Amino acid sequence: MRIGERLHQFFRSEKGVGLLLVSPTALYALLLLAVPLIAIFAISFLTQTGVRDFEPGLSLVNYREALTDPLYRQLMLRSLMVSGLVTLITVLLAFPIAYFVSFGVKPEHKSLWIFLITIPFWTSYLIRVFLWKVILGYNGVLNSGLQAVGLIDEPLTFILYNVNAVVITLAHAYAPFAILPIFVALEKIDRSLLEASRDLGESRTMTFLRVTLPLAAPGVVAAVLIVFIPTIGDYVTPRLVGGPGGLMIANMIQTQFLRLNNAPLGATLAVLAMLIVAVISILFLILGHRAAGGGKANGGRK
Amino acid sequence: MKSLKAYAILYLVFLYAPIFLLPLFAFNSSTIIAFPLENFTTEWFTQLLTLTEMHGALLNSLKIAVTSAVLATVLGVFAAMAATRYSFPGQKGIMGFIMLPLVLPEIIVAVSLLIVILRMGFDTGAWSVIAGHTLICTPFAIAILQSAFASLDPSLEEAAYDLGETPASAFRLVTLPLVMPGIISALLISFTISMDEFIIAFFLTGSDPTLPVYLFSMLRFPKLLPAVMALGTILVVLSVLLITIAEFFRRRGAKRAGLKDTGGFL
Repeated sequence: MRIGERLHQFFRSEKGVGLLLVSPTALYALLLLAVPLIAIFAISFLTQTGVRDFEPGLSLVNYREALTDPLYRQLMLRSLMVSGLVTLITVLLAFPIAYFVSFGVKPEHKSLWIFLITIPFWTSYLIRVFLWKVILGYNGVLNSGLQAVGLIDEPLTFILYNVNAVVITLAHAYAPFAILPIFVALEKIDRSLLEASRDLGESRTMTFLRVTLPLAAPGVVAAVLIVFIPTIGDYVTPRLVGGPGGLMIANMIQTQFLRLNNAPLGATLAVLAMLIVAVISILFLILGHRAAGGGKANGGRK
Repeated sequence: MKSLKAYAILYLVFLYAPIFLLPLFAFNSSTIIAFPLENFTTEWFTQLLTLTEMHGALLNSLKIAVTSAVLATVLGVFAAMAATRYSFPGQKGIMGFIMLPLVLPEIIVAVSLLIVILRMGFDTGAWSVIAGHTLICTPFAIAILQSAFASLDPSLEEAAYDLGETPASAFRLVTLPLVMPGIISALLISFTISMDEFIIAFFLTGSDPTLPVYLFSMLRFPKLLPAVMALGTILVVLSVLLITIAEFFRRRGAKRAGLKDTGGFL
């Protein structure tokens, strides 16, 4: 077989085989990810004139508009605030769970716990978000439940069609994303280090603070990034439960592309959102790196 | 640990609360999705049979999900094998880039693909959704397959070479059967992701909606909401079933390789 022979020749150098093997996937990512990302960056400097026509020449008009128009600025700031808040809540709530599964569950039951935690993530996102609308609504599960128990007289209105609802729903959706990396980092901790700390006279709390927590830092950093980066671009949740006051930047990007036919401005908003997220993530990575004690940490990839 | 366990159980209840509500409303005769519940009915499930537009969307989604799953798993096998068995120049960068869709907001993937497709003068359709879904499923497939390949003993393949097999036949006869559980798991996970994915499909599907896109349009009609609950119940049951089967294969693969198993998919 000709292909077999050619492969055989390549098998002499490890580098050659590795590159050859990875090339279909890398090429696919190059064509369908790198090229489109470059295209969206390029288009953000154009101006739309017709249905499919752009004005010749590059300009910063879109960037000026995106950065000065109070509407866009407000949406961007709200998106940042929401995803920051969601990240904080999910990671804080997730850490005890990851800790419990890693330290408090028998080894043979660990995979069952992790499996149980990840299942909801695999069920239809759309349906889950919609169900939060049912739970938080005026006549929703929460309100009718609380009224039946007699805790409230009037239905609570601050929990649907605003930012609160977006934060609750997103925190629910991204919970497994936060638990898994922290769990993996905790699993990697050599248990004898904890014993050593106790033997040397540290209390339980101090052992946790001075040994466990720094060693878990790479997992926490990974969890923060895995939640923070995708949430800023969420479209469904703000659309379904956010109401007019809870819309985020992704909703505006969609409006620009599909409703207003202003792809360049939509592209600009997308580029800006990515840029802001990238800068914050890099800053956070540097901070996390320091917190984990410099070079020893390796970011716990999924 | 006791209070932690109570917290963990409470947390699981929070995680599952929306899903447990689904069947309650799907079998409830009231047309309004709220408590108190009325009578038991299967009316909404039979109503699904009359929504012919939904059947088209379902078929479309199945077609897209099967194709994307196969493509993503094939691409995943290449990348996972390269990353676990060989070291090549620029490995970290290349693999990092391939895994990027894992964290990239889907709307970015969706709009950037849309721009390129429209600028090149093509029309969007099932093919463009497949292209996008393959892109976002590949990292998941790689994550699963990497652990399958990592647990493989390279000396088995070397033994096959020594016995006169070519690299291609050694792969087919030795490697492939051993990583098969990982491949099945990757296929099922990719299928599930594609079936559920909304944003990329919303932007790239053109005039034929996928099931989630159709479902999203149903949400605007209060009259259809009980049927949405019924459809959601079916989808959730199917997803859980598929994921459980995928987990079964993943574990069997891990066991076959004699690994200590503690993790989930990722």
